Amino acid sequence: MTDNTVNGSNTNTKPGGTSFVRSLLNAWSWLFLILILGFFEIYAQTQTGSTLLFRIYNLQAISIAASQILLLGLGLTLVIVAGHIDLSIAFSTGFAAVVMALIIRTAGADAGWVTVILAMLAGLGAAALVGAVNGWLVAILNVPSFIGTLGTYGIARGAALIVAGGATVSIRNDHTRAFGNGDILGLPVPLVVAAVLTLICHYLLKHTRFGAHTYALGANRASVERAGVNVKKHLILLFILSAFTAGIGGLIYTSRFSAGAANAGEPILLYAVAAVFIGGASLTGGQGTITGTVIGAFIIAVIQFGLVFCGLPPYWQFVAVGLVIIVAVLVDQSKDRLMGGKS
Amino acid sequence: MTALLKIDGLRKRFGGNEAVKNVSFEVNPGECVVLAGDNGAGKSTVIKMISGVYQPTDGKVYMNGALLTGKTPEAVRTAGIETIYQDLALADNLDPGLNLYLGREAVKHVLRFPYLDRKKMREDAAKVMLSLGIVVPDPAAPVREMSGGQRQAIAIARAIHWQAGIVIMDEPTAALGVPEQREVMALIERLKKQGVGIILISHNLPDIFAAADRIIVLARGVVAGERRPAETNDEEIVRMMMGATL
Ligand SMILES: Nc1ncnc2c1ncn2[C@@H]1O[C@H](COP(=O)(O)OP(=O)(O)OP(=O)(O)O)[C@@H](O)[C@H]1O
Ligand SMILES: [Mg+2]
Repeated sequence: MTDNTVNGSNTNTKPGGTSFVRSLLNAWSWLFLILILGFFEIYAQTQTGSTLLFRIYNLQAISIAASQILLLGLGLTLVIVAGHIDLSIAFSTGFAAVVMALIIRTAGADAGWVTVILAMLAGLGAAALVGAVNGWLVAILNVPSFIGTLGTYGIARGAALIVAGGATVSIRNDHTRAFGNGDILGLPVPLVVAAVLTLICHYLLKHTRFGAHTYALGANRASVERAGVNVKKHLILLFILSAFTAGIGGLIYTSRFSAGAANAGEPILLYAVAAVFIGGASLTGGQGTITGTVIGAFIIAVIQFGLVFCGLPPYWQFVAVGLVIIVAVLVDQSKDRLMGGKS
Repeated sequence: MTALLKIDGLRKRFGGNEAVKNVSFEVNPGECVVLAGDNGAGKSTVIKMISGVYQPTDGKVYMNGALLTGKTPEAVRTAGIETIYQDLALADNLDPGLNLYLGREAVKHVLRFPYLDRKKMREDAAKVMLSLGIVVPDPAAPVREMSGGQRQAIAIARAIHWQAGIVIMDEPTAALGVPEQREVMALIERLKKQGVGIILISHNLPDIFAAADRIIVLARGVVAGERRPAETNDEEIVRMMMGATL
């Protein structure tokens, strides 16, 4: 796996006239992000006389929206690179959020740090359980991941609603509020958490043997199997990772809003999937990067925020994100065609 | 001369179907043994029992006198038997270096964190490929951009790089054009010169006669005969493949 195959940036220009077009296609998501930022900035300046880009508050809001998408999309990227999908993350988030909130509420208003951390670990455990079930279904029982995780999507949703008694579990706790709405070095905590997880997932996918096996698994399962890699264990770990990052999304949700909701992650699921594909992943696996997913998440966050900011009807965001997904797939296809022409 | 690989009375039963019945043969260093046989004769099943993918119902495999039977595919590979399957099992999205090292990737440490050592893997791949007479134009490009013969060479390079004593090839030329088939036959000659023992599975009579030091014909799971190329001809081999008794 090299920069010019699975990464956004093309460092090794190849001979032949297609190389320029190819690097353009590889960089399209960057260009697109710059383009929409430019569009909203010009619109804001000319139509409303304000600025989108040059106010810290706006950038923070965009980053927080992007972090939410990222927390669901990071582990998902690895799952998709391996040639699978994980739909259940929507409710791994919700399950984690609800479990954490319930424990803190049960402990009472003056629950201390230790209780909060234990509640968070329990929330993560609940999410990881969903991931382990996914892994078991896909790796051991050979259930196609789309179907298997659609099943656990329902199960996790039900479990979260049952545990929460069908309602939002609100809490009153200073520690969680400080965690969810505080700053670290001037940056909002959700952003810092997402950034750290992004770095970890990037390292894992790009620089470790685990990552190399994930790419190989997406291209040709037999290649890794015969190389002696324990593919079943690898798949189970991937699904646990995916549930885990989504679960952290749930912890952040509960902390930010002082409430755990079963459907905390549901509205973000499609955006997370979209971010991964906009970032260059392919449905057949073997392609995709964390860098790409980050750009994808920011593209979506900018569209969401920009439309509202410019006073355009927010419903346009669905149309806009839908269009971007289709463009991403078209770009991916033309890339394939260029590559196919070479071999 | 002691045999490098000794196969003794292998049997494999799939349910009620006995796909391989009592197959025995030996492979010496630098020797190419061709397993010939019609479709379904049991050739692939025999090599899967050698490489550890299948456990034999009965019989044993020895490498340098040590028992291999019962070991996992990884352990068999570590013991020095590299198998190149019909479909090559390359990861098309990765570069030749990672394909060479797949499952045993080279790693360096940066601030105590392990990092893939892509540079070393790429350089090693280019070096081994060069020893096979193949220049890799762009060592960072994914192998999907390479020709069929070059891809075959990567699979063979794996065997050389990991210093296999035995290389097993299942129909290596089946999916290739004529010039690439020649490349592969040349690669086999080079492997032999390096003292590697080869088991080659083939349907193709010209290939069989070009590469073989010994031809072992399988028919319906049993060894129908064993010949040196000089003491036989196309017709006899075909007759044995069809299951006529010797
Ligand atoms: N995993 C399996 N389960 C059941 N039967 C099998 C299995 N693998 C092989 N067989 C049967 O064993 C017999 C021998 O198959 P094998 O693949 O070894 O033949 P082959 O000589 O390699 O043929 P070909 O030239 O077509 O590759 C066939 O009848 C096949 O159907
Ligand atoms: Mg076969």
